[in-house]
Amino acid sequence: MLLNQFLLLSAVLFSIGVYGVLARRNGVLLLMSIELILNAVNINLVAFAAFTDTIGGEVFALFVIAVAAAEVGVGLAMVLLLYRSSRTIDLTTVDRLRG
Amino acid sequence: MNNLLIAALSADAGLPLGITEGGSWLLRNVWLIPLLPALSFVLILTFGKRMPHGGSELGIAAVGIAFVLALLTGIAWVDHRDNSHDQEVHVAVVQFDDHGVGHGDGSEEGHGGGHPSLAVHRTAVWFQAGGMEFTVGTLVDGLAVMMLVVVTLVSLLVHVYSTEYVHGDRRYTHYFAFLSLFSASMLLLVVSENTLQLLCAWELVGVCSFVLIGHWWEEKPNSDAALKAFLTNRVGDMGLLVGVTVLFFAAGSALPGRFGSFSIAETNALASSGMLSHTALLVASCGLMAAVMSKSGQFFLHTWLPDAMAGPTPVSALIHAATMVVAGVFMIARMYGVFFEGFQIGGSSINLMAFIGGLTTIVGACLAFVQRDIKKVLAYSTISQLGYMVMALGVGAWTAAVFHLFTHAFFKACLFLGSGSVAHAVHSFDMKSDMGGLRKHMPHTYRTFMIGTIALAGLPPLAGFWSKDEILVGTGGWGLLGGTGGNGAYTLMLGMGMLTAALTAAYMTRCVYLTFFGEFRGHGEPHESGPRITVPLWILAGLAIVAGFLNLPTGFQLAPGSLQERFGHYVEPVAGYFPAITHATPSWSLAIASTLVVMGGIAASGYYYFVKVEAASKAAGTSLTELPDGPTTRYPVAAMGYKLLDNKYYLDHLYNGVIANGTKGPLARLVYRFNQQVIDRTVDVVGETAVKVGTVVYDRIDQLVVDGAVNASGRASSGMGEELRRVNSGKVQSYAAILFAAATVLAGLLIVIV
Amino acid sequence: MTVLAALEGMDRLSGGDVLVAQNVAFAIMAITMVASALRMVTTRNVVHAALYLVIVLAGVAGIFILLGAEFLGVTQIMVYIGAIVVLFLFGIMLTKGSFGDDDGVTGERRLMAGLVGFLVFGVMTAALVESFADAELSRSGPSTTADIADSIFSAYIVPFEAVSVLLLAALIGAIVVARKD
Repeated sequence: MLLNQFLLLSAVLFSIGVYGVLARRNGVLLLMSIELILNAVNINLVAFAAFTDTIGGEVFALFVIAVAAAEVGVGLAMVLLLYRSSRTIDLTTVDRLRG
Repeated sequence: MNNLLIAALSADAGLPLGITEGGSWLLRNVWLIPLLPALSFVLILTFGKRMPHGGSELGIAAVGIAFVLALLTGIAWVDHRDNSHDQEVHVAVVQFDDHGVGHGDGSEEGHGGGHPSLAVHRTAVWFQAGGMEFTVGTLVDGLAVMMLVVVTLVSLLVHVYSTEYVHGDRRYTHYFAFLSLFSASMLLLVVSENTLQLLCAWELVGVCSFVLIGHWWEEKPNSDAALKAFLTNRVGDMGLLVGVTVLFFAAGSALPGRFGSFSIAETNALASSGMLSHTALLVASCGLMAAVMSKSGQFFLHTWLPDAMAGPTPVSALIHAATMVVAGVFMIARMYGVFFEGFQIGGSSINLMAFIGGLTTIVGACLAFVQRDIKKVLAYSTISQLGYMVMALGVGAWTAAVFHLFTHAFFKACLFLGSGSVAHAVHSFDMKSDMGGLRKHMPHTYRTFMIGTIALAGLPPLAGFWSKDEILVGTGGWGLLGGTGGNGAYTLMLGMGMLTAALTAAYMTRCVYLTFFGEFRGHGEPHESGPRITVPLWILAGLAIVAGFLNLPTGFQLAPGSLQERFGHYVEPVAGYFPAITHATPSWSLAIASTLVVMGGIAASGYYYFVKVEAASKAAGTSLTELPDGPTTRYPVAAMGYKLLDNKYYLDHLYNGVIANGTKGPLARLVYRFNQQVIDRTVDVVGETAVKVGTVVYDRIDQLVVDGAVNASGRASSGMGEELRRVNSGKVQSYAAILFAAATVLAGLLIVIV
Repeated sequence: MTVLAALEGMDRLSGGDVLVAQNVAFAIMAITMVASALRMVTTRNVVHAALYLVIVLAGVAGIFILLGAEFLGVTQIMVYIGAIVVLFLFGIMLTKGSFGDDDGVTGERRLMAGLVGFLVFGVMTAALVESFADAELSRSGPSTTADIADSIFSAYIVPFEAVSVLLLAALIGAIVVARKD
């Protein structure tokens, strides 16, 4: 197996994730796209761990999973708060910090 | 001095200057002689009022001691001149070759060559700036020593005379103080080693002259006369300044590594050996000549001298007869190397100096004929005699000029003091209205005045004859049984000199007649003056008789050889700084001819006055001073001539009326108009233009362009801000998009570059 | 492209069958994941998006196992699919007013997003292909849990502790942020 195939897979998923982050209006869906990005990164990490025959990449991926979980928790809490205050989670309407 | 010392160590390696640093104590310390009267000046001003005789005793003591020192110095010089074996000083010059040594190299022909006369030279540095050392010092040679003796002697006699003449005067002490200062200045002038010092002393004597002429300044004519004297001298002093400066730089071009030189010895030595450019010497000579014309009363700057008679008579005797006015002559004699080369006196038949001198003699003599005031007669006589001296210098008869200076000091001082004695008795100077027949009342004065007159007229064997004859011989234009071999053939000057000799005799006869002969026309009882006046008169008269024998001409058959040319031997320098002048051979025929001319003058004037006027007086019963039907009444030409003389050739009109008033009046108005119309107008126009330009600049450029640019940039900023503000949409995903895009671009760049 | 490249390297290493199997497995999983991901970001239905996410996550777990990170693969399934997706579903449920709201995404926005995404993909691909072309994966064997445990509790003890604190903070933070008061 080539290293590149994993890395390119990771790149594809990352790009799709970026598209999702930028294009989605729904807050929850945005968070899901972020998860996609994180997972792409994880694949990258583990691929490199396999390539260099070390364990560091896997450990790092583990931490990423943990952080992702935390982030999703807080993010969803914020989305809930947003929903509670303005009854919508359409991110295009959340522009009160406009200049 | 250091330069000279260094040069002296390497003697024979440069131009010989004819001076030495060695010499007897008196010759080296001759600066003491001016110092004494200077000290007495200070002391008189400080303590004079408290002293029993008002300070005059200090003045007399100082000048007396100075005179004694001067005599001793003279004796020291006589010894030094022939017997000194001191080392001569040389100075390094640019392109000096021993072969073409030039003129003054110390071995003279014609004047009994032999032993050179090394002047005693001594300096001290008082200021240094930019590589140039300014020195003060003394240069003692025969000329300086002779002048020291003359000045101190005449000053001493004048001091004694003044104690009686200005007795009880309102400013007695002040008078004596300035008399001392004048003596000090004149003595400083004659021993000066460099032209700067000479210039300072020159100005100082001018100031003293101003102060002393205006002694009774409360009367306006006196203060006017003092100002006239000073300002006329100032005109000439500009020439002195120019001359000194030109010589300084001209000398600098010949001396390696030095800017220039004020030293008289160096400048003259360089000039005599032909190392200075002729143009520079000519310019310098003309400048110095201007100074001489004003100080020594040469024609057309002489107008101040007659007016200077407003001062006390002893002052006139000392300053305006014997000493100060001869400062110009002295300066020419001192700087003779410069003048000899500058005017090219050797080998021509006319030059500026000789011409001016000759003209002055005639002009002065003519003017003496029409004066009423006895002092003015003597003043014009002085002008005339000064003209003689300058003319003599102009034809190259150096010794003759200096000898005439010597003898003239004595007999002119005698005449002036005599006139003072007369005035003291009759309280007036006007011959025509207040004098006459005084020979009966004032015998001493009469006799000394007569001796002085005969000496002035130049009858043998009195002093004036010897000196005047030597001048006439020196012109080199006689050519009959001698009188040849001078520095040129100045026939015109000879003619002028002869004519003036006759005129001199004539006007002095007139003066003597009007004063001492005929009947007394004044008021009161004139009586002879006291001993303090008559003793100096006799001393001077005695000198007027014997002084001439000091310089008997060479080849004079009636005197032993050792007595011939004593004066010339000791006074004329035979040294590097003196040019090679030739001496004319004396001539019996010229002596006889000049005596005949003089006697002719006396006869003509004597006939007019002693015979015809006397007869007319007896016929009219009163004492007449002139014929009522004399030539001026009969011949219009004569009347016109008289009017010309009476108005002093209208020179005062020219100076005051035309030049001074012209400058004050029309010229000043013209300049004022120019100032107002042109200069002020220009300034105003510039101002208005500036305002207009300013307004235009403000309206167009500042408001539109500059402010426009500034406003535009402001608008651009706010416009850009408006546009860029849209980025801040508040939409998070826009931010995210930009973030991602930027990060990617940067990453791409990083990859590409790295 | 990548799939083809992947297929190219089929006959490289020793153990041709195993390798072929691995490559085939990879190919299947990769295609599935990419397709699901694309569907996830384009579907309008939120729940469908969540389910597509689950497929992607499962695929990731499979990749992990393929790469020999067994512990990680299992952890992935347990944590991500088991907890995080459930969390998402809770979120969806609690903000139910937004069902079917995700329409009307203007073309302009999608263009911009697509552009950026494509840009990102392009740069990364260029870099990767240039740097790691033909780099082989050669692993001695799968990593064991013991290895990971050793690593965590020795070399990476500090990050471990930090992540613990982070999780605690996130927990408390989430509660604080979302509570009703």
